Amino acid sequence: MPHSASPPPAAPHPHNSLTRIGWRRLRRDRVGFAALCIVGAYLLLALAAWSGLLASHWQDEVAHPYAPPTLFAGTAPHHLELSAADIDAADRRATSAAAQDGSGATGLSADEDPLAADLAAAEQQSAQYRGAEQARADSLPLGADQRGRDVLQKLLQGSATSLQVGIAGALLALAIGTVLGALSGYFGGLLDDALMWGYSVFTSVPDMLLLLAFAAVSGRGIGTVVLVMAFTSWTGTFRLMRAEFIKHKGRDYVRAADAIGAGHGRRMFHHILPNVGHLLLVQFSMLTVALIKYEAILSFLGFGVGVTQVSWGAMLAEAPAELLQGYWWQMLAVTLCMSLLVTAFSLLADSLRDALDPKVK
Amino acid sequence: MNPAPPLLSVRKLRVSFRDEHGHGAEAVKGISFDIPAGKTVALVGESGSGKSVTAMAITRLLPEHGCHIDPGSEILFDGRNLLTASRRELRCLRGGDIAMVFQEPMSSLNPVFSVGEQIIETLMLHTGVGRKAAQQRALALLQEVGLPAPERKMRSYPHQLSGGQQQRVMIAMAIACEPKLLIADEPTTALDVTIQQQILQLLTTLQQKHGMAVLFISHDLELVGQFADEVVVMHHGSIHEHAPVQQIFEAPQDAYTKALLRCRPHLDRRPARLPVIRDFLGDSCHFEPPQRERGYQAEDRVILEVQDLCVDYHSRHGWFGRHSQRAVDGVSFRLMRGRTLGIVGESGSGKSTLGLALMRLQQASAGRVLFEGEDMLTLTPRQLRAYKRRIQIVFQNPYASLNPRCSVAQILTEPMLLHGIGCDAEERLQLAGDWLEHVGLPRKALAKYPHEFSGGQRQRIAIARCLTMHPEILICDESVSALDVSVQAQVLNLLQSLQDELGLSYLFISHDLAVVKHLSDQVLVMQQGRCVELADADTLYAAPQHPYTRQLLDAIPQGWPHCIRSRPA
Repeated sequence: MPHSASPPPAAPHPHNSLTRIGWRRLRRDRVGFAALCIVGAYLLLALAAWSGLLASHWQDEVAHPYAPPTLFAGTAPHHLELSAADIDAADRRATSAAAQDGSGATGLSADEDPLAADLAAAEQQSAQYRGAEQARADSLPLGADQRGRDVLQKLLQGSATSLQVGIAGALLALAIGTVLGALSGYFGGLLDDALMWGYSVFTSVPDMLLLLAFAAVSGRGIGTVVLVMAFTSWTGTFRLMRAEFIKHKGRDYVRAADAIGAGHGRRMFHHILPNVGHLLLVQFSMLTVALIKYEAILSFLGFGVGVTQVSWGAMLAEAPAELLQGYWWQMLAVTLCMSLLVTAFSLLADSLRDALDPKVK
Repeated sequence: MNPAPPLLSVRKLRVSFRDEHGHGAEAVKGISFDIPAGKTVALVGESGSGKSVTAMAITRLLPEHGCHIDPGSEILFDGRNLLTASRRELRCLRGGDIAMVFQEPMSSLNPVFSVGEQIIETLMLHTGVGRKAAQQRALALLQEVGLPAPERKMRSYPHQLSGGQQQRVMIAMAIACEPKLLIADEPTTALDVTIQQQILQLLTTLQQKHGMAVLFISHDLELVGQFADEVVVMHHGSIHEHAPVQQIFEAPQDAYTKALLRCRPHLDRRPARLPVIRDFLGDSCHFEPPQRERGYQAEDRVILEVQDLCVDYHSRHGWFGRHSQRAVDGVSFRLMRGRTLGIVGESGSGKSTLGLALMRLQQASAGRVLFEGEDMLTLTPRQLRAYKRRIQIVFQNPYASLNPRCSVAQILTEPMLLHGIGCDAEERLQLAGDWLEHVGLPRKALAKYPHEFSGGQRQRIAIARCLTMHPEILICDESVSALDVSVQAQVLNLLQSLQDELGLSYLFISHDLAVVKHLSDQVLVMQQGRCVELADADTLYAAPQHPYTRQLLDAIPQGWPHCIRSRPA
């Protein structure tokens, strides 16, 4: 139940709740605040990409395959593009050479070929479409991939997917961990035993194995990835919340709440939860980082998002083949983009822990 | 008296702290005093008076960051200025010539080393003796501080010792290198009264034997009156009075000293209202209010009757075993409407458990608690709700009992919301403001958060929270123990005036016999879960029947001239 006491009219200016003090402290922390800004910018970009405002045409083949980044247009490894006409020409050269030798592949001259008329018709038809094909760019800001798609647009769309997976997965894991941890820590006894057994079973299996097992039995797609990651990563939060609830349930303020007649639910979620909320916030940012990395690994291994979607992991999965041919730009873009976000998120988690710790006053 | 220079002299000491905003606050405002060799000087003041900061400055234990000692300050020890001494010199002095004993013995001892090991380390570091010799000396020291079975205790870890024993170990460590000056920072505050008395006896004996000077820091004037030679009274960072102990008690010059002496409840008198500091600092001259009569009367009606209450604590033992310990063992008493029953006992006597069991915050294992004839222990949770409103509890630590994430308005309206008092949020807020004014806080405090208040103010908020439910019985579980004497007097006065006005019945749980006598009509003495004596307050204090009660009464610090050692005339 939300609390009915709104700030009373007698107060001319808002007073310092612990949350507000924490926020002020975070703003004074230069590194933390910068990290917060970076994370915020990422979220905005991801939101724009997700809603279709940005990079909605990422699947269009707008440039030549492996068009280099604009800055490095001159130094990129030379790429030989083969069109149908090239193959045709080569074919024809081969055929004529064979005819001159007198021992052609088919042994037939053009006049004798029964398919010659059909081939000519097909050639004409394809020439029609070739004219409609739009001009492809020679270079793009961050280059193009194998099919000539813009890496920048892919990156934006991939950020949206990765962040979506990371944040949704972290929230779900947090919710599972918090509710189970709260029940386990607060009530104790048999319920605690049962949940702890469940927890032990989950943690005894290596994380990655569990992740792959879940991913293998369920289909591909963002929803599945989120669920899989939430089911494998709630354990840390569970342990943390269980310990906190055990600690807090014996505190005087919780006893006082019992004395004034507050029920179990109210004591757990109205009284204790806000007092451990700062830990959840820190846990959330750490989980998000971990899940973004997990998503990358899953997609890299081919258990991640579907083929019609793009994520950082999916982009990285294309990297090994490209690197062999010297096309480094897609990998570099993803790596930089991801490390910036992950670093910012980790720094933010650190600063949050410092800023929100009620002990440091 | 020899005219030798003092062992330690503090000259114009000025210490200020800087918070994270860069605002400076002066904690010590240019104080000067001397400690003669072999004498005990007591530094007395309330929390925030700067007494501990002074001690930390002497040992140079103040944090380097955020703390500023004025360059004009001087602390001369044997002619050397400690404030300019090098780290090397300091290391030799600390633990060598100057030793310290802290308030919390448990947190001052290293939990992963045995007690003997820690003393041996100190000895080997400072005296340079071999391990064997250090071992011998450590054993002798433990014997000297009166630890039973010292050979065995040498190998014990701190958690295996009681609080009193831990403090004895700390003292043994402190005197290990025959220091010239022992600084004791509230060494007995965390201990029970009887243990406190033993530790003080020990300190006094050791001081005379070794000829040390002692700087004893305390908030309790009565306590230091028993053995100090000189008393320095500090308030807000400056010295208010510095005089020999006899003069402090018999002819105090400063108004603040007078106030400190008077505002603590005393066994010999029971004024209707305790004097507070403000009475003395103002221009109006203070006159003694009339004395109050206490005791149950024949026409009183019983509101709460407890019969043979038992509480057990269970702990799991292995897979299936259960280990149980009886915390409250067959306690019976009656509480009369509008009266106060005091419950005294030392830590571990089960007095707090008793209070919790009455509220059903702790499960009782046997007995009956009759609230106007209805047995509270057999009620279903649903039926209990109505009774919960009528019996309320104020906890000891006001810093812990208020939810730090809730504003005062939320704290005060929540009970009303739960019990359906007041018809809408507006009315409840109005009522909350009324109660706040009732306990002596301004209405605009509603918008603030608990951390913005001092301890006494928080305890007022906790009391207001209980009052919003119109309780009939208020259990005060050590409710004034964590407060300074002056604030304690204010809260005691508040409790008394609320009782007079609203007809509340109190169950007043405390370890402080003087406070209990001041407030109680009847007193119940508990020892190890059992009730050893139950009588009207005046009867019990005048003629204690049980030896344990007598022991408790003897341990109450009563200041000068009830000194615990012979003084040169």
